[in-house]
Amino acid sequence: MNVKLLVQDLEFAYTSTPVLTGMCLKVPPGTLVSIVGPNGSGKSTLLKCIDRILKPDQGMVAIDGRDLFQLKRIELAKQISYVPQSSTRIFPHSVFDVILMGRRPHLGWASSGEDEERVWDVIDLLGIEDIALAPFTELSGGQQQKVLIARALVQETDVMLLDEPTSNLDIWHQLDVMTVIAGLVAERGITAIMAVHDLNMAARFSDQIIMMKSGIIHAAGNPWEVLTPRHIADVYDVEARVQRQGEETPLVVPMRQIGGNGGRLTCQRM
Amino acid sequence: MSSDYEPHSEAALQHRELRKERLEAVRREHKRLIGRKVTFLVLIIGLIVFAVGFIITLGPLDITIPQVYETLLARFLPDFFTMDEVFEQVVWNIRFPRIIGGIFAGFGLGICGCVMQAVLKNPLASPFTLGISSGAHFGVAIAAVFGVAVIGGPYLLIANAFAFAMLCSLFIVSLSVLKGATSETLILAGIGINYLFSSLSQLMAYFASDEQLRLMTVWGMGDLSAFSWSKFGLFFVVFGVCVPILWWKAQDLNLMTIGDDSAKSLGVEANHVRIITMMVASVLVATIVCFTGTIGFVGLVAPHVARMLIGADHRILIPASGILGAFLLIGSDAVAMNIISPTIIPTGIMTALLGVPFFLYLILKGKRKEFWQ
Repeated sequence: MNVKLLVQDLEFAYTSTPVLTGMCLKVPPGTLVSIVGPNGSGKSTLLKCIDRILKPDQGMVAIDGRDLFQLKRIELAKQISYVPQSSTRIFPHSVFDVILMGRRPHLGWASSGEDEERVWDVIDLLGIEDIALAPFTELSGGQQQKVLIARALVQETDVMLLDEPTSNLDIWHQLDVMTVIAGLVAERGITAIMAVHDLNMAARFSDQIIMMKSGIIHAAGNPWEVLTPRHIADVYDVEARVQRQGEETPLVVPMRQIGGNGGRLTCQRM
Repeated sequence: MSSDYEPHSEAALQHRELRKERLEAVRREHKRLIGRKVTFLVLIIGLIVFAVGFIITLGPLDITIPQVYETLLARFLPDFFTMDEVFEQVVWNIRFPRIIGGIFAGFGLGICGCVMQAVLKNPLASPFTLGISSGAHFGVAIAAVFGVAVIGGPYLLIANAFAFAMLCSLFIVSLSVLKGATSETLILAGIGINYLFSSLSQLMAYFASDEQLRLMTVWGMGDLSAFSWSKFGLFFVVFGVCVPILWWKAQDLNLMTIGDDSAKSLGVEANHVRIITMMVASVLVATIVCFTGTIGFVGLVAPHVARMLIGADHRILIPASGILGAFLLIGSDAVAMNIISPTIIPTGIMTALLGVPFFLYLILKGKRKEFWQ
């Protein structure tokens, strides 16, 4: 198999409790891989370790066979881009300036006309010209997410990591953002790895799904292989039905918690 | 979106044409905005040059603005400009050094405030948030209570203020190196240090004699009277080294304001940048406060005013904060010196008295709830 991104024996712990244990991934080029799993299963931590935002305790990450941990951070930023869940919003940078920040790995102190052209191209591609001069701090969640994706795009990397890009978005914006990401993978050959909570969104747009539980990979494969009632029960403690939706996409319908209190209110009536 | 969308239909072509036009309009607007920022920067530099000429005319000596410029230019171009000896004495040796000192101090404090707000991602950060001023004040308190009588000169105060200001920032930065240098660690450590040194200064004040107490209090009010040509050597060296370093980091500072994770993913070693810029800014602040005493407000307000006027790109924001800081400081000093002449009000008091209403006006005038959002 042609491997774009290789993760080998990655381990990480914030304290003494390990968050990631023995993570191994092989991601082929031009694929969209979704990482799913319950809260605290290590999805975001895995993405941050791959991009060395968090320093793994051990393990190796390579792109096209090149060990990324040997690279300087500025060189690493030419290989992998990262779209965070949200961005600190304290000072009023314009959307144009925020996207231009994505050129940082390629430019020095001053930005050239060429850098700015790349930004305008991406603004055009994502159709966000109407907000290009607005302060980033005043955008809605969906607009912000698109701007952060635009910033990653001008970084011009082959691999893009996205940390829950559709969290806090309404269904229109979820579809909008996911269509943009899937389009980039299909048309530009970008390899995208995305942490996501919505199993149906993952099923619909991903080529591969990785299901994590407590810092280890529980299941990996195409959506049909991973999103089974058995795996969902094992990982989420939720009984779910998986239905066929259209031609190829599984549709997950969560039914009830396993071993929970069945949704009954536990507070006493006064 | 409708599924029977035809990418080559007339409607689709029209739509694309419209978008193209819109994008062109936005690009033109963007160019215009950049032009406006540069014009603004040039204008405030011009304003400073004018203010220097105007402020020097204030006082008992009867001199016009053109005469001021002529006197100053005669120093550098004696073949082209003539100089009256009395004017030279008053303008060059008395009034101009104070203004140059004010410009340097205001410029440095404005820049440091701007840099600290960026790396700490906190709009309340200023050169004084980190306890640098209270450290310097404690240095002065020690010199006043234990040292002045022994050596008997103002240099001991300056040296002490500098040493303790640096001690504070070194302590905070090294603490943050050990703990990972997050902005929260730095701010919390700074607040702690602030309290510690304030209490120690108060302890000194409790045991000080009336004269020692007066010395400490006056220093705490902040003043520009310590500047003379002989003291500028150190200033030029420190500014010549620190300001270019901070400006050189402008792109990294832009990234730091959007969060450490994003900055790291874009190739910036966030913790390194934070430590380097904090250290450089601390040296700059320590050099300024040891001459001027506590003039805290400039460092907080100048970056905010600059940000409101020209946006958050640090490549322009850093010089703009510096120039606005300089303008605020020399303007306030001019008022402080002349409002109830011959009594001179300490500059630090006047800076806040004039700056706060202006600052509040800008905050309240803004359409948004928080002006920096």
